[in-house]
Amino acid sequence: MPARAHTRLLEADDLRRAIRRIAHELVERNRGSSDLVVMGIRTRGVPLARRLAAALEDIEGTPVPWGELDVTLYRDDLSRRGPLPLGRTEFPCDIDGRTVVLVDDVLFSGRTIRAAMEATFEVGRPAAIRLAVLVDRGHRELPIRADHVGKNLPTTTAQTVRVLLEEIDGEDAVILEETSEVPA
Amino acid sequence: MSTTAPARLSHLISIEDLSAEQVSLILDTAESLREIAERPIKKVPTLRGRTVCNLFMEDSTRTRISFEVAAKRLSADVINFSAKGTSVSKGESFKDTALTLQAMGVDAIVVRSHSAGAPLQLTRWVDAAVLNAGDGWHQHPTQALLDLFTMRRRLGRLEGLRVAVVGDVLHSRVARSLTQALALVGAEVTICSPPTLAPPNVEVWPGRWTSNMDDALEDVDVLYLLRVQRERMHRAFFPTTREYARLWGVDQARLDRLKDGAIVMHPGPMNRGVEIAADVADAPNAVITDQVTNGIAVRMAALYLLLGGGQPDEDPGGDA
Repeated sequence: MPARAHTRLLEADDLRRAIRRIAHELVERNRGSSDLVVMGIRTRGVPLARRLAAALEDIEGTPVPWGELDVTLYRDDLSRRGPLPLGRTEFPCDIDGRTVVLVDDVLFSGRTIRAAMEATFEVGRPAAIRLAVLVDRGHRELPIRADHVGKNLPTTTAQTVRVLLEEIDGEDAVILEETSEVPA
Repeated sequence: MSTTAPARLSHLISIEDLSAEQVSLILDTAESLREIAERPIKKVPTLRGRTVCNLFMEDSTRTRISFEVAAKRLSADVINFSAKGTSVSKGESFKDTALTLQAMGVDAIVVRSHSAGAPLQLTRWVDAAVLNAGDGWHQHPTQALLDLFTMRRRLGRLEGLRVAVVGDVLHSRVARSLTQALALVGAEVTICSPPTLAPPNVEVWPGRWTSNMDDALEDVDVLYLLRVQRERMHRAFFPTTREYARLWGVDQARLDRLKDGAIVMHPGPMNRGVEIAADVADAPNAVITDQVTNGIAVRMAALYLLLGGGQPDEDPGGDA
């Protein structure tokens, strides 16, 4: 394990503000929240989706359905990685004709998002799919971009972005780690 | 990711090869995969390009179909190879059949055989992952796993469950696999059979043995009935099916004596009126069709864990 230097980039208040802003952007762009379905991509997209749905409800006054999505079965790298543990997938309602907002912590290669879109289309035909991420760290390998970004973070491939969330990690923060070696 | 994964499976031959952690990984994976059966499109692309061969040296339509559906829901290609009407009936040896499948490049072989040990032997000849779908009187691991899965879904736990396994234990690979699996997860097992159908070394089996059905079903959470194999009757293991039904079968009166919330299970196919009365088979706490549905999810889990990757993984985490 190489030694890693840490830089804390976002703190709990920054995360809260970013989610709040994304919620406002979504409401503005969709003219309300009535047709939105917020889907968190496991693992750390799920608490973010729950928070985003709560922020939307706070702004618009009506509950917004949210669910969780495990994209493992749709990954393009399973044959290289070995079988990963599977999580639950739960769409809260019929998504036909609604706008599905995919939520993830870090946008990197875009491959997870491609898998998430494929998984979404297997359960219905949404009117639109939007992408909201807490951090966009660049280095896309696919023609995918986020509609809503908490923070754009230029990185090198030798760096790792770690998002910590209260529900999973006990605190909210975004940390940039320097690694001397490029991870495989 | 901080959770340490259990050792990677390369074959599924016997419950004896599994750790408690591997059993719970299989059940948890099945839990995630079960949801696919409720979708309008019951298919995921996970095993696209992989080939699964069902090699059935002995007839078993139900198990074969269950494996076939499981593989197809994961987008694997499925080849069915049964002994009847194939090269096997022309005298090809089991080894030559295995080498043929190896040469065709199949990724997994689901094997059912009348010979105990055939699946293990197969692992020495082929590179493919081997899944035992029943070998002689030896093992039927996916049946035991789907039974555990069904119990866990219905009753919310496995540890401490009281389970009575009733019937022809002597000839039953289901009983052997199931009692071992139950012991592994900390359930309490009672084995009940006619004295003529108790295994000779029943004392080394997990749990206690009794021939008294009414004693066995006292306070159980799960009453698990084994199929009476009618062909055994000719060898005088018990006098008549009527007598079997009276002494070891479950009728409404015995069903009523089960405690609230207890379930009745059967691996199928059932002999209604012998080990299970017709109305008992259709009772709300008989979960026999659940077992069939769950069997697909559990077999998908086994195929996914055996085939859903190349080399064992060192870093399952990483950001997207």
